Amino acid sequence: MRSTVWLRRAAEKADPSPLSFSDCQAQPAANDEMIRMFSRRTFLQTAAASGSVLAATSLVPAWARSGPAANLSGLQPLSGTEFDLTVGRAELAIDGRTGPAVTVNGQVPAPLLRWREGDEITLRVHNTLDADTSIHWHGILLPNEMDGVPGVTFPGIRPGETFTYRFPLRQAGTYWYHSHSGLQEQLGHYGPIIIEPRGTDPVRYDREYVIVLSDYTFEGPHRVFQRLMASSDTYNFQQRTVPDFFREASRNGFMATLRDRLMWGQMRMSPTDISDATAATMDYLINGHGPGDNWTGLFEPGERVRLRFINASAMTFFNVRIPGLPMTVVQADGLNVQPVETDEFQIGVAETYDVVIQPRDDRAYTLMCETNDRSGYVRGTLAPRMGMTAPVPPLRERPTLTMRDMGMDHGSMPGMAHGAASAEQPAASGHAGHGNMDHSAHGQGHAGMAGMDHSGHGAAPAAPAGHAGHDMSGNDMQRHDHPQGPGVAGVAMQPVSRLDEPGAGLEDVPHRALTYAQLRSLDPNPDHRAPGREIEIHLTSNMERYMWSFDGVRFSEVVEPIQFVKGERLRLTMVNDTMMVHPIHLHGMFFDVVNGARHNMPRKHTINVKPGEKLSVDVTPEDVGDWAFHCHLLYHMHAGMFQVVSVRPGEHADPHAGHRMGHGAHQ
Amino acid sequence: MRMLLTAALIAGLAGAGAQAADEPYADQFYGADAMEEARHELRHETGGMRQFFFQTDRLEYRSSDSEDAALWDINAWYGGRINRLWIKSEAEYSLDHGAFEEARVEALWSRAITPYFDLQGGIAHDFEDGNGRTHAVAALQGLAPYWFEVDVSAYLSNRGELTGSAEAEYELLLTQRLILQPRAELAWSAEDMPSLETGAGLTSIEAGLRLRYEIVRQFAPYVGIEWTRQLGETADYTRAAGGDPESTAIVAGLRIWF
Repeated sequence: MRSTVWLRRAAEKADPSPLSFSDCQAQPAANDEMIRMFSRRTFLQTAAASGSVLAATSLVPAWARSGPAANLSGLQPLSGTEFDLTVGRAELAIDGRTGPAVTVNGQVPAPLLRWREGDEITLRVHNTLDADTSIHWHGILLPNEMDGVPGVTFPGIRPGETFTYRFPLRQAGTYWYHSHSGLQEQLGHYGPIIIEPRGTDPVRYDREYVIVLSDYTFEGPHRVFQRLMASSDTYNFQQRTVPDFFREASRNGFMATLRDRLMWGQMRMSPTDISDATAATMDYLINGHGPGDNWTGLFEPGERVRLRFINASAMTFFNVRIPGLPMTVVQADGLNVQPVETDEFQIGVAETYDVVIQPRDDRAYTLMCETNDRSGYVRGTLAPRMGMTAPVPPLRERPTLTMRDMGMDHGSMPGMAHGAASAEQPAASGHAGHGNMDHSAHGQGHAGMAGMDHSGHGAAPAAPAGHAGHDMSGNDMQRHDHPQGPGVAGVAMQPVSRLDEPGAGLEDVPHRALTYAQLRSLDPNPDHRAPGREIEIHLTSNMERYMWSFDGVRFSEVVEPIQFVKGERLRLTMVNDTMMVHPIHLHGMFFDVVNGARHNMPRKHTINVKPGEKLSVDVTPEDVGDWAFHCHLLYHMHAGMFQVVSVRPGEHADPHAGHRMGHGAHQ
Repeated sequence: MRMLLTAALIAGLAGAGAQAADEPYADQFYGADAMEEARHELRHETGGMRQFFFQTDRLEYRSSDSEDAALWDINAWYGGRINRLWIKSEAEYSLDHGAFEEARVEALWSRAITPYFDLQGGIAHDFEDGNGRTHAVAALQGLAPYWFEVDVSAYLSNRGELTGSAEAEYELLLTQRLILQPRAELAWSAEDMPSLETGAGLTSIEAGLRLRYEIVRQFAPYVGIEWTRQLGETADYTRAAGGDPESTAIVAGLRIWF
């Protein structure tokens, strides 16, 4: 209750100079304002600590050691094994403007939950809303009936009711939780989870912060969705104009520019459709703070600071960088990866990345989180002392889509795809005797590449995997066996692997940018078996009608779920026939990303599939039940890009076959 | 408590391999009725929503040498992504005469048949004193390659007359909010309709140019110019009545949608 009061009071604070999103100049932080916010939060934390729920003060993990700065995260940590979470409504204040929010324990973001690997936890979720609610534990492996998806794994939590979640923790890392009901996620119903490992944490750091990135719309999510359905370019104010045509014509030639316009016009598609819900309606937040609020994390020069990034947005991909500081990526989607140093990364909706930074200078750094369409941003500050700021870099020019995004750019990446094929080849060839394995999709034309040397790739030890090599080995066109009615505006004729690309707009930045091809899991993958079968799923859409689906069928029209069998090893191949990147999330299991890493494939709960891309992940379903499978762009899911994966017990599958087996058992 | 019992029971059953093969997994924990209701809701919310849309494509004042008039051209629909009920209405009210010169309302069932086109069928009614007609309508509406918005309609009246119209619009973005919209409309009749002063063949052509400013996408005032020319025998009827078959009007109006 007190926190609700705080939210209201915070809402009253008048911001004399609200930061306009078109204004990219740095705003000097209002010192007094920061101090007032700080002291309010100190008060609040004290208040919360005296409440019924456990406070974190008894633990002294690294994040708590950040002292006063921890209060600035705006996150109330709860830890232990028993939790009471109350879903309600409050007013959220962003840069001095207030709007309605759905909150957990009165907060946006919802409380930081700190768990311990191996514990069994109990969470009582009380619904004080006048609508149903739910909590889904994103990326957490748990019994199906605890997954929290209304209409798939449970009926939802009715108004006035309490639902008790109880499950053991089988993993460690950075995760998050959010509502899976209606559009509540867009209204603030999301929060971070940190699960402490049982053993030693391989990541060494002196201090840590959770960085929850999100988006908020003052228009209200239902209105935004209706407007997108009525006119999908409602929020795109970066379209190509007539003056753009003449500018380009003078640079590239009149005929070339005209041909380009005619090509796009003929398809009735726009190369500026990077994002459909842009800064024209969205405000962007770090831990609930707008860029004007300037969330600040403190550090002592020389300290190793761990930043746990969670993209809890409904619709926004962010490009994250800290000008002047390299970042070492140590974890992706909760699971440790071999450290990769980079300067910028793109984080899709629902993904998480943990990075370690080591600022040595006594100066402030800007934590710059720019939307992937460059229509807006949120920034925070990392500094040795409160009140310091660093320059905020201007928004860069928005990227545009190319033929490659249409899945039509055949063969323009010579040499790129061969390592991919070889990377999966050893696994495939080593399993030739496994009977039902379908080699037809991968086995062609790779024999000569099996011994290919990956060492020449440097930081990215192997080229990306998937089917690129296959696609380039001949003139075979991508098959499209799915329905192609009014909901499918186009298909990718020659999709390629794009795992070695950092994401739209980061291809040509003058510094390093993270790619999936660079990720290697720290621990060897638990299941080394080659997939016994392959399922191909197409991401389909018609932007003009704002229709989004899998295999051309919106969930409202789907007749049966996708079938998995417990204990089997299968390959899920996704082909993106749309012109947008989609963060695809499968509940209840991890994707082993087939990126050429052999036994150290990065394991993810959410994977970005770029336009015109074909990528593969291997999966070993372990928990029986029905699991949601969907695009994590909230409005795409809402429009129908959703399916259910039904994991059946399976009579012949050996449930232990793939697990914790020795390295190379099948080689 | 009930849940725990159920869970224990299920654990026992599952151990015996007795789980019903086709029953959704969650039903054993939460009951088939509660789950069925939740599934129904989820399906509806995940691609099955219906929606209402209203737009004044043109809502304007027109001033020409011969007269001042008000015009509306309204579209509204209700439905899902494939099937919709469309209402279209177009009317011109003469401010000089204080009367409608034409007023038509169409009610159409519309079905998306391709990614960019809807096939529509229904009825239309012309409100005209003593001369009103009701038509059966078939239309094809959608987005043609190169971003032309087109609407082609054919009308068969209760008196057996066949007429048609074709409309196309295009948008040129001068800036992100300042948009120039050329528009053309062609009307045609299969036969002579003296009571309507309409001749067989092409009856009229309209060409307009409107410049609007989208304060937000949903609200855009505009100014423009529209040229109208009657053709063939239709023009002869007008000339015979002492009128000018050609006219040019300055227009100012509002384009709104929600």
